[in-house]
Amino acid sequence: MIYLELIWGFLKVGFFSFGGGYAAIPLIRDVVLEYGWLTDDMLSNMIAISESTPGPVMLNLATYVGYSQGGFLGALIATLLVVLPSFIIILLVMSLLRKVIEDQYVKAVLKGLQACILGVILATGMFFALRNCIHYEDGISFDVRAIILTAVLSLIYFGAKRIRKNGLSPILLILISAFLGIIAYAI
Amino acid sequence: MKIIFELFLTFAKIGLFTFGGGYAMIAIIEDECVEKKQWITAEDMMNVTVIAESTPGPIAINCATFVGFKQKGFIGAVFATLGMILPSLIIILVIAAFLDHFLEIGWVANAFAGIKVAVAIIIIDAALKLKKKLKDKDVIFWVIFISSYLIMLLIDIFAWNISSIILMLAAALISLAVFTVSKLIRKGESRK
Repeated sequence: MIYLELIWGFLKVGFFSFGGGYAAIPLIRDVVLEYGWLTDDMLSNMIAISESTPGPVMLNLATYVGYSQGGFLGALIATLLVVLPSFIIILLVMSLLRKVIEDQYVKAVLKGLQACILGVILATGMFFALRNCIHYEDGISFDVRAIILTAVLSLIYFGAKRIRKNGLSPILLILISAFLGIIAYAI
Repeated sequence: MKIIFELFLTFAKIGLFTFGGGYAMIAIIEDECVEKKQWITAEDMMNVTVIAESTPGPIAINCATFVGFKQKGFIGAVFATLGMILPSLIIILVIAAFLDHFLEIGWVANAFAGIKVAVAIIIIDAALKLKKKLKDKDVIFWVIFISSYLIMLLIDIFAWNISSIILMLAAALISLAVFTVSKLIRKGESRK
């Protein structure tokens, strides 16, 4: 039953996405691969679109994955369920447990969670970069175009940070990458 | 009734006009809810940011729930949060309905091959930004951070069937244990 899977899957994502939107990407990827909903390539397209449309990335991605698996109802379920845990937790914190997040033991737990999530997000990004450049499903092969694109785009993105304080916006990088992709893969 | 409608509309507007989510949104929420509507004070805004960092979910959603609750209790929280969700839902549904056909066009597929590269870079950058923002990075932080990173990378590469949630639970337990033990030791020393 796909709706039950969506409910359980996105409830998990919503509950564990400490650290905001980007923490949800590895978690959603986990769920998507666990249930065999999408491939990494399809998910990567969805992340790009979620990044380039207004609204929090996590919401957009949940809506998108939900729609791909269960149409409109799937999108509705995924979006509402991914928000539900944080909604309830904020209400709890505000009405009764204000002191809880000041508690030093809770702080210790949160510190461990944050450090771990940081590692998980970084690993996801690194793995995506690696998988773009090296295909190893059947024998190892290198995607030369992707390697060059990765080098050029990293240079542009991280270089812009040194020149301008705010650097490039992710949307601008996505536009540049689309343009370079059209050129590189046409040759 | 009017205030509920206003909460819904205001957060729908914020959801519609902010790209990138996260911290880009905080500035806009502050402008709308503190400066213009005066629904919450600047101090409230500071508090909600701190709470949002310690609770799951996007900060924008956390803020919407918080402001809605402050203004109109549970119903206010529901409608502010729904307002925040609505634009994402509509925009993505429209795009999703068309994108599959788009991807069959050759140059669009090529564009997305390029975009895939950008997505990886953006995720790496998000992690680096988050790392910069975190305060008091001690030995435990670095040990958990680096080992989570390495373990997760191995899980990804070899497609092991281990959820990152397991890693998170382990990290939380380790951090809690280290804190408790070091507190006990400190207590024991001060007693001497």
